[in-house]
Amino acid sequence: MKLVLEDNSIWEGRSFGASTGFEGEVVFNTGMTGYVETLTDPSYKGQILVCTYPLQGNYGVPEPEKRDGLPWPFESDRIQVSGLIVTRHSERHSHHAAAKTLGQWLGEQGVPAIEDIDTRALTRLLREKGTMRGKILPDSDSQNRATNLPTIHMPEVVDLVSCKTVQHYKRGDIRIALVDCGMKRNILRSLLKRGLSVTVVPWDYDLASLYDEVDGYFISNGPGDPKDADVLVRNLRELLKRQKPVFGICLGHQLLALAAGADTYKLPYGHRSQNQPVQDLLTRRCYITSQNHGYAVDNTSLPHDWDTWFVNVNDETNEGIRSVSGPFASVQFHPEASPGPTDTAYLFDEFVRMIARSRFVNVR
Amino acid sequence: MFGNYLPMKPKKVLILGSGALKIGEAGEFDYSGSQAIKALKEEGIQTVLINPNIATIQTSEGMADRIYFLPVTARFVEQVIIREQVDSIILGFGGQTALNCGLELEETGVLERLDVRVIGTQVEAIRNTEDRKLFVEKLNEIDVRTARAVACSSQEEAREAALNTIGLPVILRGAFSLGGKGSAIVSTREELEKVLPVAFSGSPQVLVEESLAGWKEIEYEVVRDGKGNCLTVCNMENIDPMGIHTGESIVVAPSQTLNNHEYHMLRELAIRTVRHLGIVGECNIQYALDPASDEYRVIEVNARLSRSSALASKATGYPLAYIAAKLALGYTLHELTNLITRRTSAFFEPALDYCVIKCPRWDLEKFTGAEVKIGPEMKSVGEVMSIGRSFTEALQKALRMVGLGVNGLEPEAFEFENLEYELQNPSPKRIFAVGKALESGMGVERIHELTGIDRWYLYEIDHMISLGRELKKHEEPDETLLRRLKKEGYSDLGIAKILGSTETDVRMLRHRWHIRPVLKQIDTLSAEFPAETNYLYLTYHGGETDVRSSWRKKVMVLGGGPYRIGSSVEFDWCCVNSVQAARELGYETVLVNCNPETVSTDTDTCDKLIFDEITFEAVSEIYDMEQPYGIVVSVGGQISNNLVLPLHQAGMRILGTSATDIDRAEDRHKFSSLLDELGIDQPKWTEMSRIEDLPKTIEELGGTPILVRPSYVLSGAAMTVAHDESHLVNFLNRAAEVSPDHPVVLTKFERNSKEIEIDAVADHGEVILWAISEHVENAGVHSGDATMVLPPQKLYLETVRRIKTIATKLAEKLQITGPFNMQFLAKSNSVKVIELNLRASRSFPFVSKVTGNNYIREATRRMLGVRDPLVNKALDLDYVGVKAAQFSFSRIKGADPTLGVEMASTGEVGCFGENFHEALLKSQLSTGFRYPRKGVLLSLGPVGDKYRFLEPARILAEMGLKLYATPGTADLMTEEGFDVIKVGKSRQPMEPMGLDIIDRGEVDFVVNISRDYDEEGRPDGYFIRRRAADLNIPLITNMQLAIAIVEAMSLYKEEDLPIRHWGDYVLSGQ
Repeated sequence: MKLVLEDNSIWEGRSFGASTGFEGEVVFNTGMTGYVETLTDPSYKGQILVCTYPLQGNYGVPEPEKRDGLPWPFESDRIQVSGLIVTRHSERHSHHAAAKTLGQWLGEQGVPAIEDIDTRALTRLLREKGTMRGKILPDSDSQNRATNLPTIHMPEVVDLVSCKTVQHYKRGDIRIALVDCGMKRNILRSLLKRGLSVTVVPWDYDLASLYDEVDGYFISNGPGDPKDADVLVRNLRELLKRQKPVFGICLGHQLLALAAGADTYKLPYGHRSQNQPVQDLLTRRCYITSQNHGYAVDNTSLPHDWDTWFVNVNDETNEGIRSVSGPFASVQFHPEASPGPTDTAYLFDEFVRMIARSRFVNVR
Repeated sequence: MFGNYLPMKPKKVLILGSGALKIGEAGEFDYSGSQAIKALKEEGIQTVLINPNIATIQTSEGMADRIYFLPVTARFVEQVIIREQVDSIILGFGGQTALNCGLELEETGVLERLDVRVIGTQVEAIRNTEDRKLFVEKLNEIDVRTARAVACSSQEEAREAALNTIGLPVILRGAFSLGGKGSAIVSTREELEKVLPVAFSGSPQVLVEESLAGWKEIEYEVVRDGKGNCLTVCNMENIDPMGIHTGESIVVAPSQTLNNHEYHMLRELAIRTVRHLGIVGECNIQYALDPASDEYRVIEVNARLSRSSALASKATGYPLAYIAAKLALGYTLHELTNLITRRTSAFFEPALDYCVIKCPRWDLEKFTGAEVKIGPEMKSVGEVMSIGRSFTEALQKALRMVGLGVNGLEPEAFEFENLEYELQNPSPKRIFAVGKALESGMGVERIHELTGIDRWYLYEIDHMISLGRELKKHEEPDETLLRRLKKEGYSDLGIAKILGSTETDVRMLRHRWHIRPVLKQIDTLSAEFPAETNYLYLTYHGGETDVRSSWRKKVMVLGGGPYRIGSSVEFDWCCVNSVQAARELGYETVLVNCNPETVSTDTDTCDKLIFDEITFEAVSEIYDMEQPYGIVVSVGGQISNNLVLPLHQAGMRILGTSATDIDRAEDRHKFSSLLDELGIDQPKWTEMSRIEDLPKTIEELGGTPILVRPSYVLSGAAMTVAHDESHLVNFLNRAAEVSPDHPVVLTKFERNSKEIEIDAVADHGEVILWAISEHVENAGVHSGDATMVLPPQKLYLETVRRIKTIATKLAEKLQITGPFNMQFLAKSNSVKVIELNLRASRSFPFVSKVTGNNYIREATRRMLGVRDPLVNKALDLDYVGVKAAQFSFSRIKGADPTLGVEMASTGEVGCFGENFHEALLKSQLSTGFRYPRKGVLLSLGPVGDKYRFLEPARILAEMGLKLYATPGTADLMTEEGFDVIKVGKSRQPMEPMGLDIIDRGEVDFVVNISRDYDEEGRPDGYFIRRRAADLNIPLITNMQLAIAIVEAMSLYKEEDLPIRHWGDYVLSGQ
């Protein structure tokens, strides 16, 4: 198999997944563990993933196990990436929970994968030139130029990964709506674990219609350019006029920022890793976070009643915003981790507190 | 930066070093201490360092503002605090030695009385990690699980705990001990009874712990700042499961078999624990993880820089020690910069895009009687680190680096009588037994059962070995196969061996197909951000080199490889100084080394650090890429020196003395005829190519003792002195191949002669710097174990003149440019040459620091053609330097703690004094000697020695010490009018027995000179010496040294020893 990029570079290696060709935006992730969680993260929809850590598949792929009522450790019901590029994969794995090899799993799900590629060189290329479009092709394909590459712009991508129907998860007496823009299951698990009753709704659901039924809204992560999800931005704008808490993660964060009147832009090669340092500007505390995004909120575009909450310590991009006037906040990173560090899981508690406060205020 | 944690900026900080290298405390603390000093100096803070280890970088010019070559003990440290008026002390950079010393100073109220503040992790936090009971309590408070354990302060308590509360099998561990000393796994009642007394001898408190044998052993390195920001820099997985000390395990970073949940569960626990304990700076947390579930136990937290943290620094590029020192000053993590990228902050967790392996280096063969088994106690003397982009690439590199003479994981490298036994009972060679087992078809499952090694590692090794089998089917590999072999870490030489061809053939084939390694950066962020790092490694898994070679004129310096007996931190000092000298002259410096415990592999030591093998293959590939002006091979010890001829023959430029001249000194025949030609005397010698010729050869030479020098050395065993034939046979069988291709050189060795060394630098044959040192011990003690004195105290002027003349003649004849070292035997005024090494020797840092002439700097300048006028200061010193050896016998169970046969010391110190006695005492106190207060046990072999020791014995008696002696010695002393108590040796039951009075603590000094051998072939007095070593009682086994020490004690009480810093003696030492 080979990977052909839009700059016409060709990367040849051995196939270890499905033998079908595929195309997509080529991005890299620097996490050293957690390939099961990463590959099933819907934010990767339509992307070919390059792993910088050279050895993948060491602990195989487990059978799903129910945790908080959801299959674990899978972040959605299928592999979301369009292709996987690694230096080396384990033909034989070792872990007490493993049921199959990484290669088998990719094969079953029809996802192509290539090994024996200098992923560091490929990553450096992507870093220098920005993410590129690429195509995975079988060796037999004589096509050595990147013709007919798909556009990176996939306006309908959120619709592809969002749920189609409303689902209810009953727990305690606090009820929230969780907007699924390509949600990672661990967001839902994290909310359920805290005793919240959650109604998962499709991305374009009329959120205001739920206003009397829920105590707060949570906007999930998801793939693509936030500006394509304008339906949701309009819906959020409605919520910002009222007083019930809204919290966003990743794409949810970008959408909330757009709804608040701020702007977003595309990063040259995004943040996809488990070691992104962020700082809470209020407490000056720093945290290591898991991230997966190609777009960012423009700090300078924030309206006067919104504050920058977190910034990235490495490149000072925006990592979180908070409204001065209402219970609205969001973060660019992933407090639900999975994969990645759990340092910021406390933000789910923060959301619960926001709801408790707002209920108190509203009752009064 | 100065907030609640630290109200004001320190003005003068005292740093405690770790002293001589010993098992469990090696060069890593030179690295961490040096980084700390650098970090403090940057802030304009004055630094005072106490460390008697003279071969370290931290005790060099330009490092600490004040350097004291004194013992790191409470008494001396207190004196230094008073003299220097320091306001703060930092304890975390000198290993367990510094930590224990700091705890003592705090407990005795010294720190409070002298108003000295501890910066970095506070004493309370240290105590909470060191005292097992407090530790478990603290972790219980935050629901972090520890191994079920009972802290016991008596043997009875421990017995009860082991048998009933916990139940066998258990692990016994001593609290407050370094490197797991006194730890043992106990599965039976009998073993328990055997181990209990030993465990309590080293520590007042012993922990009886549930055995977690077979669980995965995982470590995290954690940093936390004074404001509570906390992160993990690296995690590491031991390939050997629990039950083997992490210093004895092959370790891989990052963990390979942990999934996301396990990785981050342990990470979160690490952060929770470290926050709760209140660590400020760096610490290490160790876990056991059940391979069949999520169950874990915290094993321990080390509230200081450790060997693992040095490894983690090198593995990730994150400068842990430097950052820890900054955090101790009150900085927060995000205020500091990532020194590798120079663009991002220090608050981040490195992402690796390579696999790192650490492999220990053992030298157990060097110890007569030592148990060749590894377990919960540390015995290794050094380690290597390898980097690759596959596990097997890194593993095979590591096994080559360790220096066992293998080309990687060769299944046939060693013979195993019983493979299953080898797999089940870990020894230093177990990894080769694994290879052999896989090769012979024993399945992964079975090997996993026997070893407990995770199947993933076995699968990877199996894959690699099957590729080797594939190669055997070919006469010549095709391109694809060769490429795959290189990616699995096979060396050219290893491939050649399988094919029955030569390294050159394979190399040419490889070059024809353009299968070349590339240089990849270690940039801490997996290429996510552009990095200005100069930290590189070679890999065959790549199509592109990260960095282009610059146009600057370059000098390449080859490092010393792993620390081992005979080659240790001294050569690192030489490498660093050579690099610095070349840098000063404007050269770009490229350094190749593979030892993580070094300063030479610190990224800011050189312009380009290539962390890789010191083999012909690696060096020549780097040479091709970098095109240096030349290579310095003479500062890294024997490993790099051995490459001289092949590198020269392949057309590479060797700086300094020419390769052919080096060969003339190394080749025994050529050297001998050269000596004859120059009319230089040498001891009678002969060459033997068949071991059967031994009796005849001995006769030819006129009997034993005989000096043996194998020309082909297997396990690093070099020169040795044999006192009888059986000894000689033993040594030859074990350590050297004897054949017509590899003859051994036997040299007549003269008793009662003195051994003298000259360390020198020459330029085009002219000797420009030279220093003559004399051994306190008579010849026969390995020069690495001997006590050296500079300037010599007992040499005739004529002897000195002759030595100088010989050195001058040889330097001129061989046109030496660069460092060299010669060893001589002297009796009366006759001087005979034993050996000439055309490279830096172990004593170069010592002579450099004592004389104030930096020999390596000068040698490097001369090799690069720079000549400045200079004064040889060694000629006129009004003080004395003494270098003494540090032994680690208590770590090597069963080994006979005696001197002579082979080098046994693991480290050394160097101390100064106005006279020999003062310097000698300080050096002895630095290596574990303590003034006796109660009694002395004497066992003096030959009659002559017995008489010779009468005067010293009188001094000991006058010091108020009770004298005990073994029968022969006691009889003679009674005759001479001594009040002496006769005690039995192992072979003569009588009341009291020598061993009993040692056990009862009635003696605190043992002088034991061996003469002959007991029925088991052990030298006489073995049991007494061994017990003294086990119980940490000062033991002297050499007559000349014993006399010198007693004499010195009669002149100086411990409290009278002057407290002076380096600069007080030597002008250039500030």
